[in-house]
Amino acid sequence: MSTIMDGLSLGAIYALIALGYTMVYGIAKMLNFAHGDIIMVGAYTILTILQLSGNPYVAIAVSIVVCTIAGIVIERLAYKPLRGASPLAVLITAIGVSFLLQAIAQLIFGSKSQTISLPDFGKIHIGSFEFNASTIITLVVGGVIMAALTIFVKKTNTGRAMQAVSEDKGAALLMGVNVNRIIMITFAIGSALAAFASLFYLMQIPSITPTLGSMPGIKAFTAAVIGGIGSIPGAMLGGVLLGLIEKICLSIPAISPYTTAIEFSLLIVILLVKPIGLLGKKIREKV
Amino acid sequence: MSNLVSNVKKQFKFKNIATWVIVAAALVLLVILNEAGALNRSTIGLLSRIAYSIILAVSLNLVVGFLGELSLGHAGFMCLGAYIGTFAADMIRASIDSKLLVLIISMLIGGFVAAVFGLIIGLPALRLKGDYLAIVTLAFGEIVRNIFKNLEIFGGAMGYSSKTYNQKDLFVISFVAVIIVLILIQNLIRSKHGRAITAIRDNEIAAKAMGINVTFYKLFVFVVAAFFAGIAGVIYGHFTTPVLYTTFSYNYSIEILVMVVLGGMGSINGSIIAATLITFVNFTLQSKLSGDLAALRLLIYAIILIIVVIFNNAPAFKPIKDKLSIQNIKTKRVAKKKGVIVNDDAQWNRIETKVKMDAILTPDLPHEHTGNDKPDKPAKEGK
Repeated sequence: MSTIMDGLSLGAIYALIALGYTMVYGIAKMLNFAHGDIIMVGAYTILTILQLSGNPYVAIAVSIVVCTIAGIVIERLAYKPLRGASPLAVLITAIGVSFLLQAIAQLIFGSKSQTISLPDFGKIHIGSFEFNASTIITLVVGGVIMAALTIFVKKTNTGRAMQAVSEDKGAALLMGVNVNRIIMITFAIGSALAAFASLFYLMQIPSITPTLGSMPGIKAFTAAVIGGIGSIPGAMLGGVLLGLIEKICLSIPAISPYTTAIEFSLLIVILLVKPIGLLGKKIREKV
Repeated sequence: MSNLVSNVKKQFKFKNIATWVIVAAALVLLVILNEAGALNRSTIGLLSRIAYSIILAVSLNLVVGFLGELSLGHAGFMCLGAYIGTFAADMIRASIDSKLLVLIISMLIGGFVAAVFGLIIGLPALRLKGDYLAIVTLAFGEIVRNIFKNLEIFGGAMGYSSKTYNQKDLFVISFVAVIIVLILIQNLIRSKHGRAITAIRDNEIAAKAMGINVTFYKLFVFVVAAFFAGIAGVIYGHFTTPVLYTTFSYNYSIEILVMVVLGGMGSINGSIIAATLITFVNFTLQSKLSGDLAALRLLIYAIILIIVVIFNNAPAFKPIKDKLSIQNIKTKRVAKKKGVIVNDDAQWNRIETKVKMDAILTPDLPHEHTGNDKPDKPAKEGK
């Protein structure tokens, strides 16, 4: 039972990161490899502000702002000049940005891992089960954020404009949608979600290194692909699924060393059976 | 016109031989220096690193530059080669006397196993397009690492230690391997199959319409690249002990990709130069920058990578790039001599095709007037 709860909360973290990947992919048609490193930026911001001010809530707020700005700046400087270029070029640039962020973090904070002490919320008893309060918080807040995002995309004008851009950039432009602005907003939202993810991640594993973001980043990306990249419910489903599988595998001693291999094999199997992912939409290629 | 074509042909022929003749000359020079005892241990270590880096970069270029698919798991194939190759060498060492034979057989086994895995991973991956392929290859690299980390027969988390070779002999053999790989890949690219591969890169649908078996060629390139990466891995394994799974991380795959991108996608010579340069700089900086300053190296790579890609691909930089392009200047100079006006609109981005296409497109007769009668833009290269 506690394994499943842990899995769900890890899944919520993956889902939050995967949402950033999937939204950017849906709208800008690019894989933002640097997205995982935004988590790292968020984590270091929380650490620094916590040391300066001592107030965790201020730290969280600042980290959301910093991540959002970082996302927008990266989009403007590295990706915008390449709009209309080949996808390969954009992908390689994204990898370059990811390395750049890691290198800067290492130069500023060093490569040693630093521990962070977030307030401990203790444990919660439900019936005969005992849970970490942080697990519950992650689940609840993560769920609320995802619900809010779904409503935002479905109901608001900006959200509808996002859907329009992801469907057909040219047609959206003709209908008066400011495509550049929409892409910028997408990056901003994705990065803000990454800031939340970094907070939840630190609540589970309170140590920070410059490469902190790369593994959760890759796994969340895997989750996004499993769910069907470009699909928002798909990212949530994929994230939760991957989180559950990871925790379940880790709880069985016989297969726990092979957890990473199992997760990535799952990706390959799913792509083999259903190349568009679980909830992905089929895109027909035009000549 | 015919003169121009033959001129171009001559140029190409010289270029083809030049690459591996220069490498062979370098090898002869190094062997002489080696025999004379002028090379110390660290230089030999550097040379061997350069050798397998060249093989890795050139083989990845086959996938990224010529086929136009992104593979982020090249280090995974290298990992397979390194573990399996050294393991096989230890197995057969008892029954075969000749050290050279053991080495060659182990290289072939390592390459073969990597190729088989290339086939296994390529089959599902090639049903997918660009971005998906990148993530599947990345996943493959992580799977391989994760499995070798846990296999006790390969030393588990401690890494696999095998008997090492005398480095002085080994680096000569690895450079011979480099030359063989270069000859094979260059001949492949210039063959009918090579043309099919670049056709797929430029426009997959058009290539299919021309009757090219796209799936076969994609798989073929993937397997060949995996084979060579496996061989590079075996060379690495014989130089380094223990062979440790941490070496072959995602970052290493990226480092090979940086070599390919810096050298120029679709340019074998570029890959060789970039692989040599980056390995050399790495080697020098590694001893100079210690601790956290090592990140400076990463920072420099990242900045160079971003700048090079943006400059090469951003639509905004295209006019500047065309002005600076050596190929364009050369074509114009040749054309000027012939009294032919070259149409500036005929911009062909790919190095290989550019000269030929320009030569074909150049009108035999000089233009009557230079006004608005430029021919239609040629179709842009494939997306």
